[in-house]
Amino acid sequence: MIGGPEIALEDVRFDYGSAPMHFDVTLSGGVTTAIIGPSGSGKSTILNLIAGFETPDSGRVLIGEDDVTALSPAERPVTMVFQDNNLFAHLPVWRNVSIGLDRATNRSAGDRIVGGALARVGLAGYADRMPGMLSGGERQRVALARVLVRQRPVLLLDEPFAALGPGLRTDMLALMRTLQQETGMTVAVVTHQPDEAERFADEIVFIDRQAIAGHGPATGFSSRRDIPGLEAYMGEKDR
Amino acid sequence: MRLLNRRQTALGIAAGAAVLLFITAIVGAAALALVLTATGSSQSQSPFFDDYIWRVARFTILQAAASTLLSVIPAIALARAIARRPKFPGRRLLILLLAVPLGLPPIVAALGIIEIWGRQGILNDLLLGLGLAKPVSIYGLPGILLAHVFFNLPLATRLLLARLEQIPSEYWRNAGQLGLSQRQTFLLIEWPQIRGQIPGVAGLVLMLCVTSFTLVLLLGGGPGATTIEVAIYQSLRFDFDPPRAVVLALIQLAMTGALLAVLALVGKPQEEEPVYGRASRHYGRDSIGALLGDYGLIVIGGLFLVAPLLSVAAAGLASDLARLAGEDIVVRAAVTSLAIGALAATISVSMAAVLIHARRASLPLARHSTAATAFRSAVAAISSLILLAPPIVLGAGWFVLLRGHTDVFGLAPVIIVAVNALMALPFVMRVMEPAHASHMARTGRLSASLGLTGLRKFLLVDWPGLRTAFFLAAAFAMALSLGDLGAIALFGSQDVITLPYLLLQRMSSYRTEDAAGIALILGLVCLVLMIIANGGRKPSAGGF
Repeated sequence: MIGGPEIALEDVRFDYGSAPMHFDVTLSGGVTTAIIGPSGSGKSTILNLIAGFETPDSGRVLIGEDDVTALSPAERPVTMVFQDNNLFAHLPVWRNVSIGLDRATNRSAGDRIVGGALARVGLAGYADRMPGMLSGGERQRVALARVLVRQRPVLLLDEPFAALGPGLRTDMLALMRTLQQETGMTVAVVTHQPDEAERFADEIVFIDRQAIAGHGPATGFSSRRDIPGLEAYMGEKDR
Repeated sequence: MRLLNRRQTALGIAAGAAVLLFITAIVGAAALALVLTATGSSQSQSPFFDDYIWRVARFTILQAAASTLLSVIPAIALARAIARRPKFPGRRLLILLLAVPLGLPPIVAALGIIEIWGRQGILNDLLLGLGLAKPVSIYGLPGILLAHVFFNLPLATRLLLARLEQIPSEYWRNAGQLGLSQRQTFLLIEWPQIRGQIPGVAGLVLMLCVTSFTLVLLLGGGPGATTIEVAIYQSLRFDFDPPRAVVLALIQLAMTGALLAVLALVGKPQEEEPVYGRASRHYGRDSIGALLGDYGLIVIGGLFLVAPLLSVAAAGLASDLARLAGEDIVVRAAVTSLAIGALAATISVSMAAVLIHARRASLPLARHSTAATAFRSAVAAISSLILLAPPIVLGAGWFVLLRGHTDVFGLAPVIIVAVNALMALPFVMRVMEPAHASHMARTGRLSASLGLTGLRKFLLVDWPGLRTAFFLAAAFAMALSLGDLGAIALFGSQDVITLPYLLLQRMSSYRTEDAAGIALILGLVCLVLMIIANGGRKPSAGGF
């Protein structure tokens, strides 16, 4: 799979009831975009709108050429990985991964695919373990294995590694980067670490006050002076 | 860490030991009296002794098992339906309604069930209108099952719903994203979540149905549909056959003992924070079938619960409440009920407070002393000891113990208060213990480091922090005592009459209208107490 689709939020308005949000942005296809911004600015909401867990009050969500605004989460070409609870605690690792397989896959092909996916995330031999026996990083690796198995062209990650220590987080980001480059998926990651974002992402979207405040190549993004609110946000981060 | 000084520790433990001794003495004396009477005395006069007892014991188990199945299986479906529909009008009310049977006097509920399902009930009117020749009678097994389901289906639903609502919201998102079917969702998410809870819930319901007295007394029919508890009551109050009562009571003890042992093995149902409409959204397409199924269950379940309550209210309002309220005996019964309830609640809550305090005081010692460890386990086991001897069994024990030595009925108020206080203790402990634990976790070290002790600590820290739990437990204990028909049925007389006892008398003499009025009064008082209790549980009230 080469060249994941671009993702467009066209004049999307959404309101939880506290602060009306407005998003108008196009995420480039086949690259990794980091979404940064202060808490409560609406970072996770963007992912939820793309994945279909929230429906816009107005506007359209497009993935590639397709308008997916009215589709349910399962019908969208998207996999989303959360910060926690990605695995069903009572199912062994292999089942947690194979649940992402197409139903039509036969047993032996399925086993092979799951085994391959686990190997690619560095968890060969972990198939029979239960999630409770894994570390936080290993659990997220299982979630990534499921992403591979599902073969959806869009991957959304909502602060996936925020609960991990710095070293482990770097490893996981590298793994995510590798997988993205191998598959050509379109990846969007919400993160609290702008400095990391610059290293692992191709593009960065900065959200402030419930709207898109800036969007551009990751390299040098944090030192840009033309984006209102960015300096304050970065300064806040430095303190 | 030692948070109490030496003197406080000693006092606390001594008080706890005294309460422990007191409870053990009350239960132990009853049990001993039963055993001694059984081994020492003459045979029963009944010619069909063995056969009768065998039949009653078998029926007790059968009806309890059937009641459990009929309560728990629909509860799974109902809890699932409620959990899957986080937003519908009346959801909060329905969840509150699920808590009502917990504090409703069984006799009031029985009346409501008869109003709906009975010979002159709405259902039979409907069936006769549809051309049925003869009214259907619910007395006997059907009535018992109906009543047990009325009480235990909501209980089981609440416990299971609490588990279902703990499912992390990411699970639902993943299920939506993976496009899991209804069946897969149940097998992969919902069932694993509640599976662990089901043995505990079923055990609890089974226990409640094995020891159920009032409902069987009112809705059972003849010797064919009698449980051990009702048979004990009949042996003592009607057949004057104490030896038979003793044998029955011992069988009941053995049965509850075995059940408690099984319950200890399968584990108690986890009691979560009560549910208040907190629910996660579900994603993915709804099929028409699922929609109809869920709301169908919710409507039927709601009607099943609310119909008897409404009919009690309607019948009660139609009765001559003003005349009833003016009747001497009604006033006397109400005053007696309130006095017994208040006293039993006070004693129960005090005993619980002393026990909990003693348990905490002995904690630092437990590390070095096996005696302290044993003491702590004994306190923990006291609830089970009480559950072992249901009010009727306890009452029967004291009945045979006192008989011949003193006027049994003269001592009735004391015994009723004691039995009611004891009966409420497991529930009181269940409310107060976790509240105390979390309060201590919050304030224990801080109080100790500030050197707060004694009255000052109590007034400044402990009372404000524990007040809510205290009143909640007291209200609950009082509601239980007010609705109890077990102890009073054995010891009631013309001199000592409570509201449930009076209600039973009016029902037996077919003064239906009076019964309806008294039921309304009794039900309302208990409902108010339950509302107070539930109000104390709201997180906003600073509970626990």
